Amino acid sequence: MNDFGLMTVFSFAPGGWGAAMAAASAMTIAVAMAGFIAGAIIGTFGAWAKISGGRIVRSVADGYTTVLRGIPDLLVIYLFYFGSSAVLTPIGRFFGANGFLSLPAFFAGCLAIAIVSGAYHTEVFRGAYQVVALGEIDAAYATGMSRALAFRRIIAPLTLRFALPGLANIWQLVLKESSLISVTGLVEILRQSQIGAGSTKQPFTFFLAAAILYLLISSASGWVLQFAERHFTRGLRRG
Amino acid sequence: MDFSFFLSAFLRLLPGVPLTLQLAFVSVGLGMVLALILALLRLSRIRPFEWIARVYIFLFRSTPLLVQIFLIYYGLSQFQTVRYSVLWPILRQPYWCAIIALALNTAAYGSEIIRGGLRSVPEGQIEAARACGMSRITVFRRIVLPLAIRQALPAYGNEIILMVKATALASVITMMEITGLAAKLISESYRAVEVFVVAGSIYLIINYVITRVIHLLEYWLTPHLRSVSTPVVIEREDAA
Repeated sequence: MNDFGLMTVFSFAPGGWGAAMAAASAMTIAVAMAGFIAGAIIGTFGAWAKISGGRIVRSVADGYTTVLRGIPDLLVIYLFYFGSSAVLTPIGRFFGANGFLSLPAFFAGCLAIAIVSGAYHTEVFRGAYQVVALGEIDAAYATGMSRALAFRRIIAPLTLRFALPGLANIWQLVLKESSLISVTGLVEILRQSQIGAGSTKQPFTFFLAAAILYLLISSASGWVLQFAERHFTRGLRRG
Repeated sequence: MDFSFFLSAFLRLLPGVPLTLQLAFVSVGLGMVLALILALLRLSRIRPFEWIARVYIFLFRSTPLLVQIFLIYYGLSQFQTVRYSVLWPILRQPYWCAIIALALNTAAYGSEIIRGGLRSVPEGQIEAARACGMSRITVFRRIVLPLAIRQALPAYGNEIILMVKATALASVITMMEITGLAAKLISESYRAVEVFVVAGSIYLIINYVITRVIHLLEYWLTPHLRSVSTPVVIEREDAA
């Protein structure tokens, strides 16, 4: 065991942890991606509520973003992981199932990430919408587009373009946040490293490997997002 | 609604508040010093120094805080040299490991904020100070740093709030701060929603107070931005 090193963690040979780490990385990306997309949907409605909602709708949206940005994400994860069983167990009992029911860790994690990132999405979309020139929206209505068509063809693409840098930030945040889901036992990168660290007594090596994997994923996705940003803003004049 | 449970949950979680605040403030304080050093390295125009700061910031910003905490708390014990070193009594304690990890982490984010503040100081002000005959160090101490702090304050306030939230992660390495106590209470009572509401409100109150204090500091530091206060109305004894 003395020559146990990073190479063994990433090795796909027998005795190596490569396959497990790769599967864990896929899980991290899956849960982060699902949470991010669900968060974007929440954020779209949140931004809509803040921009054109009545007073009550607006204050609900304001409350949502204030609260979610003020409490630790770990607490939200606990809420969904443990809280779901408080809701689901009585329902399960009603249908004849006995024992403890709770959301699978994957869904609880996605939901928690979605709710947390939804608050950030709301602010990013709202900010981006405000940058869209009013003239362009007016022009869309003036050419006879319906509200839905104007939203689909004009408002949504322009907002997304301006939101892209903010969305890239949220993605990096979500990716790092997904590591918190390890507390629920979902086998993503950090949980897999804990398992490896426990069974080989090489915690530093495994957590270093985890750090490297997160670094790789965040760098690679940062690269893609930068490329996307350059691609989608090529029509903009640079100051 | 069972108010007695809310009350008892509140009383159970309250003892965690000092630890949360301690973790947040000690790590923000240490992190701020390190952040200033990093920002100066980054702006030093000396290539190796610049790169050290760049790499540090990149590494700490693109890995999750929880991984950093685990690396320090569980990881370092892998090395015998660490276990037999003089630092072991410190590195063995989850409290100090959490503080070190939080401080190293916030330093990376803070240094970018401070760097922005330092760079925002107008060149003319520095020139003027130099023209008055101040030495470089005096210019930094009297002109650049105060202006930079004022500029960076709102962003740093955000970072402090993020740190208060981040202290929750210390519960994963057995620290019984608010979130740690909340998790324990949830597993005892199976009332996740109620406990969440109570713990969340405590965090919200803490963060609200911090926001107000930062606002006050900002107000106090920017007298030149205040709108001219309405002139004091002097009572006149008009005969009309």
